[in-house]
Amino acid sequence: MLYYVFGRLAAAIPTLLIVSVFIFALVHLAPGDPAVLIAGDNANPEQVAQIRERLHLDRALPVQFGIWFGHAMQFDLGASVYSGKPVTELIAQRIEPTFLLAGYTILLTVVIAVPLGTIAAWKANGWIDRLVMAFSVAGFSVPVFATSYLLIYVFAVELRWFPVQGYKPLANGPWHTLVSLTLPSVALALVFSALIARVTRAAVLEVLQENFIRTLRAKGLGTARILIVHVLKAAGVPIVTVIGIGIAALIGGVVVTESVFNIPGIGRLTVDAIVRRDYPVVQGIILFFSVLLILINLVVDLSYALFDPRVRG
Amino acid sequence: MAVTDIRQSPARRANPAWDMGVQALRFLKSHPEVTVTLGLILVMASIGLLAPWIAGDPAAIDPADRLRPPSAEHSLGTDHLGRDVAARLVHGTRNSMAVGFAVATIASLVGIAIGVYAGFSRIGGAVVMRLNDAMMSIPAVLLAIALASLMAQGLTAVIVAITIPEIPRMVRVVRALVLGVRAQPYLSAAVSIGTRGLPLVLRHVIPNMMGPVLVQATYACASAIIAAAVLSFLGVGTSPEIPSWGGMMADARSQFRLHPTLMLYPGLALSALVLLVNILGDRLSDAIDPRKARKGAL
Repeated sequence: MLYYVFGRLAAAIPTLLIVSVFIFALVHLAPGDPAVLIAGDNANPEQVAQIRERLHLDRALPVQFGIWFGHAMQFDLGASVYSGKPVTELIAQRIEPTFLLAGYTILLTVVIAVPLGTIAAWKANGWIDRLVMAFSVAGFSVPVFATSYLLIYVFAVELRWFPVQGYKPLANGPWHTLVSLTLPSVALALVFSALIARVTRAAVLEVLQENFIRTLRAKGLGTARILIVHVLKAAGVPIVTVIGIGIAALIGGVVVTESVFNIPGIGRLTVDAIVRRDYPVVQGIILFFSVLLILINLVVDLSYALFDPRVRG
Repeated sequence: MAVTDIRQSPARRANPAWDMGVQALRFLKSHPEVTVTLGLILVMASIGLLAPWIAGDPAAIDPADRLRPPSAEHSLGTDHLGRDVAARLVHGTRNSMAVGFAVATIASLVGIAIGVYAGFSRIGGAVVMRLNDAMMSIPAVLLAIALASLMAQGLTAVIVAITIPEIPRMVRVVRALVLGVRAQPYLSAAVSIGTRGLPLVLRHVIPNMMGPVLVQATYACASAIIAAAVLSFLGVGTSPEIPSWGGMMADARSQFRLHPTLMLYPGLALSALVLLVNILGDRLSDAIDPRKARKGAL
């Protein structure tokens, strides 16, 4: 068990290093002078020279990377070219709506997709199964901004149940926050559920063919109890794994949805930074999300020990 | 009579392109679902290709005729600059098709090259897979947005920006397939009669994994079409003058409350095309592995 945990931790470190090199290279190997790129279109030569000095752009690339990475390790991701504020501070300010949106989405997804996928597998090739699979293909195919506008039109413009856009911070009362995040979360959850329902169905189908299921039936256990207690526990590993991997896609979706619903989160910050060519911010956000993803998948890997006793051994 | 070289069996000497064509036709004939889906996609592709002849000018601005409902002149009405929505919709097909096809092709070729190398080289393979896993932990859409914003705006930039995050997924699929093929007796047989290097890969490894690679390429095509629309929607896609569905939806944002149909049409076209491509992927996957289809395809 300890061996497994340390093995996973040790494997995450080179991944982190490679990702950092790649994100660093993104701006520095792009065509053009990185100082000009970072300074933006409206900078005068003096400002460009200043940036070149501050980022040590006259030094060799590996040295530059060392300096940048050393700072990043101490949560110093540089400063925004646009506002001059530290990138870490900008991200920290915007973390609340993004994390709530992602969490709300994952919650909705698990509540929708896991039961749907389980029922589809249990009644494989029946009409429920066909319906769930059709929903799943559709979920993959309709882009999240199209779903978002459809939801806005029906539930905000016509029915007026939810606000069209905007975000109410937690400080003003959690109920208002929940209401303001419902439409964007549902839009994202429809896409995310498509993936999770498919994986749940496949995982449950696999487990249903195992010998121990026949034993449980022979023992006289009811279907509901078998499905909920035994099958889902055994199917837990692939489902949780895909939720972990799927968070990468979810992050992409969050960027789009925050832009559609005008939610002042990290996704909005990304789009704003890209429009302003604010590369230190873009770099910082990609690094932040990648590290987050590595950590989430590390936690997922470690959670195998919880689901699967074979890993513990 | 001279001894026939078994590496040059009669079947091999026949025209391989003709062979493949006959095989493809036979496959389509026995899988009507694949044929119908592919046919519908080809219909949309031809609409895109024939756009200049079947639709009006998508760029013609008419300030006097802005935001008009459908009429005899403009079958789907006009947008906020008085441009014909139907013409832009038809021309937008080209952008999506071009990106989808280019990304699927480039990602497959590069993915096959890297994946085959990773599948055959022990140490090199380990290094490649490490890099690959690291690449996959960078959110794809975010990476595509950043890459697109770093390059000069244009179709090439969009294709490159979407292809780069797509490659690691293909590499992973190809490597797993290569490991599977390497374990097959026919590969040992080919090696034992002296086939090695590039001929081995081209003649025995790649043909035997084309099915699943084609399925993965189809999914890559579908996700590339969505990604291209996302880039256009966020303003880092192809230039706004070139009609694209994502760009049309971006334009429709400011008119959304009063003119929701401006958002609806490109959204429907986009979803329909991606849906068809995804269904094609599913059906191909079922056709290649019928056992998996009955059990429920993933």
